[in-house]
Amino acid sequence: MISRRRFVATGASGLLLSGCDRLTHSESFRGVLRSAEKLTMSAQRVVSPRDALAREFSEADMSPVFRSNGTANPGTDEYAEHVAQNFANWRLAVDGLVARPLSIPLQTLRALPHQTQITRHDCVEGWSAIGKWHGLRLSKILDTAGLSTRAKYIVFHCADQIGKKPFYESIDLVDAFHPQTIIAWGMNNHLLPIPNGAPLRLRVERQLGYKNAKFVRRIQAVESLAGIYGGKGGYWEDNTDYEWYAGI
Amino acid sequence: MADATVTDQVIEAGPPAAPQSRQIAYRHRLPTRIWHWINALTVVVMLMSGLMILNAHPRLYWGQFGANFDHAWVDFGPRPFPGWATIPSTYNLAAARRWHLAFAWILVAGLVLFLLTSLWNRHVQRDLAPTPEQLKPTHIWHDIKEHARLNFPTGDAALKYNILQKFSYIAVIFVLIPLMILTGLTMSPTMDAAWPWLLDLFGGRQSARSIHFLTAAALLLFIIVHLVMVMLAGPINEIRSMITGRFRVPPERSVG
Repeated sequence: MISRRRFVATGASGLLLSGCDRLTHSESFRGVLRSAEKLTMSAQRVVSPRDALAREFSEADMSPVFRSNGTANPGTDEYAEHVAQNFANWRLAVDGLVARPLSIPLQTLRALPHQTQITRHDCVEGWSAIGKWHGLRLSKILDTAGLSTRAKYIVFHCADQIGKKPFYESIDLVDAFHPQTIIAWGMNNHLLPIPNGAPLRLRVERQLGYKNAKFVRRIQAVESLAGIYGGKGGYWEDNTDYEWYAGI
Repeated sequence: MADATVTDQVIEAGPPAAPQSRQIAYRHRLPTRIWHWINALTVVVMLMSGLMILNAHPRLYWGQFGANFDHAWVDFGPRPFPGWATIPSTYNLAAARRWHLAFAWILVAGLVLFLLTSLWNRHVQRDLAPTPEQLKPTHIWHDIKEHARLNFPTGDAALKYNILQKFSYIAVIFVLIPLMILTGLTMSPTMDAAWPWLLDLFGGRQSARSIHFLTAAALLLFIIVHLVMVMLAGPINEIRSMITGRFRVPPERSVG
């Protein structure tokens, strides 16, 4: 026999849960929840100086195994060909709102002065791994291309697709010009392995892992994210409602 | 007569002439009551959406890093927390994060406003701070024994927090909720850049995540004990006092 108290308790928790689920699916309530993202971003930007650095660790602090996540291998014929050629013909396109669109051969990128940083990668799921990254500052690439004053966001187009949808990500200029934001070609003293985004990936050290686009082949400067794919600034943002601002 | 005994002096019994069984006292001030209910809702949402977030990676670690190949001090197995315990009820990390990070603002704002108000109206100093008499070990031991026998304070004593109540409310307000907030912030890569001392305070992001979980478990334990005590002490009178502020004072036990 179900006691009355048990019945009432089960009913109450059921009501609460179905209420929460209904709210989760209500567009206007989601709008209220989403407004917290803007509040969080503004507050974090207020308390963190523009160039506040993510902690850099020593070799001794590094994860013994740096796990990869997301696409392990883009798996397209085009990418397979690049792998077969050891990425010898990979180029990084830089276009959009720039004075001088670029198409930089991978070999040239690797030969430019680079920096090395040992930082923590935080997945949205909750885990963290500490790894060493080698790459060149994104700001140097943007300065070379001559970023237009109209540009507000930098979009990273990637070689992988998830369920036929091209993967992409975007950041604003505060993060694009941050001293630790690099286009990495190396990891843990080696060239970038395929599961970690070979041959080029973004490192944006003050945001969560999913912002750190892998397999980057094109950098586009834009004024607004509205016209790009789903318009929310990234594959996960468009398709699963992850926050565009992933500072927490 | 109820209104006649309601004064702005909180936790004050009615006139001695009144029949004790009918004595109504004003027990909880408005800011306390408002915060109690907002916080009750917020903490429940935080706990349930937090469990959904933990479903995404149900392993906990100590130190700066921790992922699948590292040693976890606890591993709950795949998607361990059932739908009735999570928000939303089916797996959805993105939605759980929206709930969690929006209500986190209410948790922070509520705590700050409650603390400021309660220092201003002297709720903290007058009602929450233990008196020297209450801190004597013999008194504490006496209260523990009385609670174990389910003998709750009556008469005037029922209008003041007993020492076990004070300890648990102080723990929640000044230790557990602030710990939840600070360990939550330590999991933010931007906050770690802005306030690097967070990482040193908790010994790394994954340690902070573990402490976040353990503190949440302590809060859940508080909620369970709190609800049991409300049921035992007379749920209607207790809940009414947290809604209207008015509390019917249990008559003094006749000492046999």
